[in-house]
Amino acid sequence: MTDFFVSHGMVYGWAWFLATIIGILVIALPLMLAVAMVIYAERKIWAAIALRRGPNVVGPWGLLQSFADGLKVFLKETIVPSSANKGLFLIAPIITFTVALIVWAVVPFDVGVVLTDINVGLLYILAASSLGVYGVIIAGWASNSKYPFFSALRAAAQMVSYEVSIGFVLICVVLYSGSFNLTDIVMKQQGNIGFGLLNGFGFNPLLFPMAVVFLISSMAETFRTPFDLVEAESELVAGHQTEYSSMSFALFWLGEYANVILMCALNAILFWGGFLPPLNIGFLYAVPGIIWLFAKMAFFFFVFGWVKATVPRYRYDQLMRLGWKIFLPLSLLFVVLISGWLMIKTQGLPV
Amino acid sequence: MIATLAFYLFATLTIASAVLVIFARNPVHSVLWLIVAFFNAAGLMLLLGAEFIAMLLVIVYVGAVAVLFLFIVMMLDIDFAALRSGFSKNLPFGILIALVLLAEMVLAAAAWKAGPVTEGAPVAASQPNIEAVGAALYGRYLFPFELAGLILLVAMIGAIVLTHRSRGDVRGQKISRQVDRDPKEAVRNLNPGVGEGMKL
Repeated sequence: MTDFFVSHGMVYGWAWFLATIIGILVIALPLMLAVAMVIYAERKIWAAIALRRGPNVVGPWGLLQSFADGLKVFLKETIVPSSANKGLFLIAPIITFTVALIVWAVVPFDVGVVLTDINVGLLYILAASSLGVYGVIIAGWASNSKYPFFSALRAAAQMVSYEVSIGFVLICVVLYSGSFNLTDIVMKQQGNIGFGLLNGFGFNPLLFPMAVVFLISSMAETFRTPFDLVEAESELVAGHQTEYSSMSFALFWLGEYANVILMCALNAILFWGGFLPPLNIGFLYAVPGIIWLFAKMAFFFFVFGWVKATVPRYRYDQLMRLGWKIFLPLSLLFVVLISGWLMIKTQGLPV
Repeated sequence: MIATLAFYLFATLTIASAVLVIFARNPVHSVLWLIVAFFNAAGLMLLLGAEFIAMLLVIVYVGAVAVLFLFIVMMLDIDFAALRSGFSKNLPFGILIALVLLAEMVLAAAAWKAGPVTEGAPVAASQPNIEAVGAALYGRYLFPFELAGLILLVAMIGAIVLTHRSRGDVRGQKISRQVDRDPKEAVRNLNPGVGEGMKL
């Protein structure tokens, strides 16, 4: 798009600036819309699983429910507790929301359809997603109230625990694809397994367990059930959001769902072929890549909702056990296995 | 032009937040300013074209180390009066450490001005710097790198051994035992007499 503006007589710097701003808006605005619709979709999924009807009053089939909720929240008064640390209290939801948005800069929607195609894309995602916890920690501390504070401590410990195994899973993917660039990672999955018929590392028996570990860890990373100890309502009221109201509360909500959608996209991109069709057959490529990506994201989003509706919450020691005693050794073992297999494949057996 | 502006922005913010780390009255604020400083340092690395180091700085320091740091500082119940009372006593020692650090920094800057320590071609701009770092670490510096790994492993095991104590009285969950339980052994049928109760 920069070239387009340059060809219309703009200086390169300004053209780049304008093109980037437009690119950001083209990603961020549909994302916000998607968050609204996704909340509706998820409520419908939970309702269906619990044999209820779900939201069905506002708009046709209740489609406008999220917008009505947004409007309600928007019109409420923002209350800042008098003993809260005001600056940090107000910054916390902004951090959560911003961090949830910036990660999308490197997500490839199709070949070349990506805001910034940097060659450390995967590391950027890891870096940005590890910042997300600060919103929760700062909110919990600045509220100056005990339940949010407990929530902040839990969030810190949980995030650090699961980031370790996520790191190892990503190393497996990087080893297999030989790149940190997300577009390259997706393209390496083309005809990767099954006599060139299947697209996706997830179909590879060596990487499938890692795909499962990543799916579960991504639920822990976004603080979703069964790992939602951060906002366990039976113990901590609403966790770090307890003292928040109005738009500051809505920002947490938006950020959380933007993160969930991101994790769905990452599951699709890293293991299930991203914007490639699941089968490496010619006519399937007629469907645009972005549709395939959205279809896969929708599938993973359904899995997230399904798990939330059916699985009970973990106890804290069980959460830590899963992270440190099961996922960490398992992912470490697979790093060794996969690098060994790749070594044999490229260099032959050591004789 | 933009790069120069960005450099001064990041540099100013790094120094300003580093100063605020020291001057903030609340330790939690100190840690948060430290995080801002890390972040801006990562920005400076990016401007140097060292994107790999920049990302590692954010992932390791901001994403993990500072989170744990914040975790600890938030939990501590710090008495500010006690903290301030030691000021005059610790001042000479603090000045000494500051002087040593200053001397080291001057030395490092002077050595850097004098020229690179090792000969070797600079990395081509087209080569992704992960590859360059990887080639250096696993090629030329393989043994020092492995040695560093070994030292870290020893430190890790040491920390675990020092803090781990096995307590016999903890009623933990043993999932394998739960799964192994047989209904026949788990349930006993008893018929206690009236007013006697029973022993489990």
